[in-house]
Amino acid sequence: MNETLTYILTIVGELFSLLTLAALLIWVERRMLALWQDRLGPNRAGPFGLFIVVADTLKLFFKEDWIPPFSEKAVFVIAPAILVITVLLSFTIIPFAPGILITDFNIGILFFLAMSSLGVYSIVLGGWASNNKYSLLGALRGASQMISYEVFMGLSLMGVVMLSGSFSLRDIVEAQRNHWFILLQPVGFVIFFIAGIAETHRLPFDIPEAESELVAGFHSEYSSMKFGMFFIGEYLGITLISAMVTTLFLGGWLGPEFLPPICWFALKTFAFILFFILLRASLPRPRYDQLMGYGWKVLLPVTLLNLLVTGAVVLLLKN
Amino acid sequence: MFSIIRSIWLTSLHMFRKRATIEYPEHKAPLHPRYRGRIVLTRDPDGMERCVGCYLCAAACPVDCIALQATEDENHRRYPEFFRINFSRCIFCGYCEEACPTYAIQLIPDFEISEYDRQNLVYEKQDLLISGEGKYPGYNYYKVAGLDAGVKNKGEGDNEEPPIDIHSLLP
Repeated sequence: MNETLTYILTIVGELFSLLTLAALLIWVERRMLALWQDRLGPNRAGPFGLFIVVADTLKLFFKEDWIPPFSEKAVFVIAPAILVITVLLSFTIIPFAPGILITDFNIGILFFLAMSSLGVYSIVLGGWASNNKYSLLGALRGASQMISYEVFMGLSLMGVVMLSGSFSLRDIVEAQRNHWFILLQPVGFVIFFIAGIAETHRLPFDIPEAESELVAGFHSEYSSMKFGMFFIGEYLGITLISAMVTTLFLGGWLGPEFLPPICWFALKTFAFILFFILLRASLPRPRYDQLMGYGWKVLLPVTLLNLLVTGAVVLLLKN
Repeated sequence: MFSIIRSIWLTSLHMFRKRATIEYPEHKAPLHPRYRGRIVLTRDPDGMERCVGCYLCAAACPVDCIALQATEDENHRRYPEFFRINFSRCIFCGYCEEACPTYAIQLIPDFEISEYDRQNLVYEKQDLLISGEGKYPGYNYYKVAGLDAGVKNKGEGDNEEPPIDIHSLLP
């Protein structure tokens, strides 16, 4: 009974804090972007402009929820939900702290990869159902980008799996007690992070949205809370990738004793979220073919090489 | 690759730069004296209206926001009967100021003319007239014009020679 209660409390608490965080990231992103662009950002509503979150949410709620008459209605409605659901499901496997973990899958990483693959559906279906040429172009780009970056996203993690000997994220964190995997797998770390940016289609890899070319890409036709779902889904995606990087390469909740584990986890994750925003502030968007060429011609061979070397070293040390 | 890392680094250094933002209602940006803002009608040094109702400003206005009707007083001095500027149309291009032959219409560095009601943006003559001379102090059109409109007698203006007596033979 008590165990069930803690379980439910963990789920509710995690859901609440994640959705709040995703909403707060609207404010964080705007303030940080402003910081790196010599501006101030929203600072009027409430302390430090924090109420901009409330204002933005209210505005989204009161916008007309328009479903285009030329769209494929059922699919159009489902698409944004898929994004949020898949991202939220991925969070179930992340160990936030020793006790705070919803499911300890022994195939945790595979589950994460599966969910991020499913996330592609939201973009493809959303773009397709909109029945709009810009949306469709965005969806096509999004699909090819996410599918190809998924390949070496998975492969770059295999080094970590080899070193820890487990797919379970809790075991991976435990395996980093002596040294974080970023020291042993720097190449894997960089590639996973790049693939993560492409996976969340954030700048500089926001090619499915590319507002200067495609209006708003796959979500051109979305309004009100359906757009809000894509919006929140994107921020949740950033949080997810940051949390995954923290867990896999930076020792998760491990850290010196003076702070509780959950604080270490939050700190590391937040640092990566800030780095995501810094990337947006500093890098231009590559061309579509450059992105694909970079993925298949540079990142994939490097990942395979990394995998080969890691495997050889692990074998050598075992014997 | 190096250039990417370099640009990330350089962007992050912008954190410590001075902000370009001016927090408007508390702090105001310094406006130049020739900033083109609200339009005013100025008076000459004697406190009379400078406007002579020549319609050149209305003709120059690209958005047709100036409307006026000229009339004359008992001294045959021309002045506008009404002078109306619709600021909801005005684009603050300053063509009216350039067209004005008597320096009457001027744009001043004031842009805070927002209203809740669009109709309140239509300024009548009493709203436009100011008691000062604006950017050209000391200028009085009727002092340099040849016309006698009660300001000076014929031949007594600035840079004006007395009229020649055509009935006299004296040089």
